[in-house]
Amino acid sequence: MPLRNQPIVTESISATTAILEMRGISQIFPGVKALDQVSISLYPGQVTALIGENGAGKSTLVKILTGIYRPNEGEILIDGQAVTFASAQAAIDAGVTAIHQETVLFDELTVGENIFLGHAPRGRFGTIDWASIHARSRDLLRQLESDIDPKIRLKDLSIAQRHLVAIARALSVDARIVIMDEPTAALSRKEIDDLFRIVEGLKRQGKAILFISHKFDEVYEIAENFAVFRDGKAVGHGRLKETPQAEIVRLMVGRDVHDVFPKLSVEIGGTVLAVQNYCHPTEFHDISFELKRGEILGVYGLIGAGRSELCQSLFGITRPSSGRLVLDGRPVEIRSSADAIAAGIVYVPEERGRHGLALPMPIFQNMSLPSLARTSRAGFLSAANELKLARQYAERLDLRAAALSVPVGTLSGGNQQKVVIGKWLATQPKVIILDEPTKGIDIGSKAAVHGFISELASQGLSIIMVSSELPEILGMSDRVMVMREGLQAGFFERAGATAEQLVRAATGNA
Amino acid sequence: MSDKTVNPARRAIPDRLGTPLTRSLASWEVLLFGVAVLIFMANSLASPYFLDAWNLSDATFNFTEKAMIAFAMALLIIAGEIDLSVAAIIALASTAMGAAAQAGVDTPGLVAIGIGTGLACGAFNGFLVAGLKLPSIVVTIGTMSLFRGISYLVLGDKAYGGYPESFAYFGQGYLFWVFSFEFGLFLTCAALFAVLLHRTNFGRQVFVIGNNEFAARFSGVPVERVKFILFLLTGLMSGIASVCLTSRLGSTRPSIAQGWELEVVTMVVLGGVSILGGSGTILGVVIAAFVMGLVTFGLGLLNVPGIVMSIFVGLLLIITIALPILARRIKQARKS
Repeated sequence: MPLRNQPIVTESISATTAILEMRGISQIFPGVKALDQVSISLYPGQVTALIGENGAGKSTLVKILTGIYRPNEGEILIDGQAVTFASAQAAIDAGVTAIHQETVLFDELTVGENIFLGHAPRGRFGTIDWASIHARSRDLLRQLESDIDPKIRLKDLSIAQRHLVAIARALSVDARIVIMDEPTAALSRKEIDDLFRIVEGLKRQGKAILFISHKFDEVYEIAENFAVFRDGKAVGHGRLKETPQAEIVRLMVGRDVHDVFPKLSVEIGGTVLAVQNYCHPTEFHDISFELKRGEILGVYGLIGAGRSELCQSLFGITRPSSGRLVLDGRPVEIRSSADAIAAGIVYVPEERGRHGLALPMPIFQNMSLPSLARTSRAGFLSAANELKLARQYAERLDLRAAALSVPVGTLSGGNQQKVVIGKWLATQPKVIILDEPTKGIDIGSKAAVHGFISELASQGLSIIMVSSELPEILGMSDRVMVMREGLQAGFFERAGATAEQLVRAATGNA
Repeated sequence: MSDKTVNPARRAIPDRLGTPLTRSLASWEVLLFGVAVLIFMANSLASPYFLDAWNLSDATFNFTEKAMIAFAMALLIIAGEIDLSVAAIIALASTAMGAAAQAGVDTPGLVAIGIGTGLACGAFNGFLVAGLKLPSIVVTIGTMSLFRGISYLVLGDKAYGGYPESFAYFGQGYLFWVFSFEFGLFLTCAALFAVLLHRTNFGRQVFVIGNNEFAARFSGVPVERVKFILFLLTGLMSGIASVCLTSRLGSTRPSIAQGWELEVVTMVVLGGVSILGGSGTILGVVIAAFVMGLVTFGLGLLNVPGIVMSIFVGLLLIITIALPILARRIKQARKS
């Protein structure tokens, strides 16, 4: 494909000149280049859709535009004038406002207070001008075709109404550039239609809109232009009208994924774990699958598809409302994580620091925690046994640390992940659930983690791997289960699966 | 370092850094022990009556009962919870024992009632915090009023007395020479709690819960059960302290042990237990108990009034907490 490495550029994007231009922006974090020389332009009265996988750099770009990050390289121009945003307030003053995925609003404050919090109009003696707050709030909400009373408390509103308040808050600062970061994630179809009417209104007012979404149907419905990011690089931009969806998916996924993460070919054995009709009151419904010995089952889906919740219920953190679990041919009931560990099911959580490790505690104590029953004698600790266990897995995982007694919090992200994986391997599990195993890990360590996962499978361990990264899913999995909005959206064999199929199943596009 | 000669990938990771000596020298306990020695020397210079075996023995009564509760409280605070109802448990247990003594119950029965009341109160706190998942600081402020309120309701402005003669042993008896029963009990409890916290799986779970409750839950630690047991233990130690205190005083008023909960928490924090949870040692609490006992006793020998004493204790707490934090900050400022 000629598209692979060179961005496609459609000539004469627009007759109008850009309000906002970002040129050669790079953002470097320790170990990661989140954005690499990206450029993007926004035009008055037009919506530009920013498309990319999780981790492509979209959120970083939003944070730069809203003054939260300062880029290491590149320049931002507004109306052709170079600007730097020293703070979030500076970005607002320059006319940039953002509606986030989860805007922080305050339940106990009124609608008007929420809209004008931090920039309330003042009266003669520096007091808050309530009449003006209420009048202006009502105006803003009326622009959004809503008649919410500015004086009622936010907690009395529905989710959709709160969303309108969040939009009103974003518009209350008189912005010319509006960023919408996955604004439809929590909305129903009808609410999305309402939102799009609002966006059309904003377009008519000449505002430039940056619209971030995973959902292609929405993008085609509302946006004129698109920009695709992949691994922190801008890989293509143009006019949507002239670009078929397949091309955008290809740009988004990019490389030949099967070559990147070679999974060792492993002889797949008999069924180890069978999940039958697993349901949760809110997060997922009617999930059934089988996991075989030596198999890696990839679980793909968008954020919020219910993947982590499914894994946590398999691990006993939350209880399913119905469904059966059969392990090695015998039905098991998992009421707590202790039950799951005893049964041989372990879980490497997505948020290592929050759920996986006691960061101030020594490496060896973190590693031995789920295995204390084996290292101790009659309930009494044996530091020698704990250190022996920790050393065994530290060496197996090639852990880099000054000593086994240093706090885990002093290690790098990749090494912390090794401690979590080591801690679970030490329990000698049958099934290991990996939730975003390479999230926040630098490229070098990623390959090491992938190699190790593959090795585990070859030793007969069964693996469930949740990931939002298509190359990882496609490269590592024997089979892929796609989830969408809490439901199973399809199974794909490794041999036949393509990135396009998975994205389509996950986003609900036929 | 031999980094250049050894391939770093193959280099074994040492178990620990430094020697046992260098590790312990930098500890809070050593610093606190130094403070205790200084106070001891200051006291012996300030008052000719201080260095007397019987006076020193008397001094231990200033802290033994509080320290017994402080051991259990230390575990609770390390696990990220707190129990402010301990002094009220003493009052309620003492009232129960007083009422039983009036009804003619003999010493073994009284001890069982005192300890039983403590356990029941601890179980109640534990149920509210671990069972109903309510915040412990609010729960135990509530039960603090509740437990002591019951004592006031029963006793009003009266007092229970008339405990059997044999009951006096727990607070006034001596094992041999100047070593009181209470001091022996204090040392025994210190040893038992030190083993429980530092040498058992249960103690490890306490530390993990205090450092990261999520991670504990995600690692199969029965968080609620551990917390319930900790409240039960704190209730038990409060009951035992109530037996000792009631025996020592020989009477029960509803205002007994008023304000002790803060002295117990002070002792725990002074002993180096992080008020945010996650770290601390029983040895630190033992030394802190001696420090607080020595300060109050030394000041007492100098005829310093009680109010001034509490000022001293307060200052001591603030200084000992501020010093290491300030030292760390100065060190960091130098680095950057």
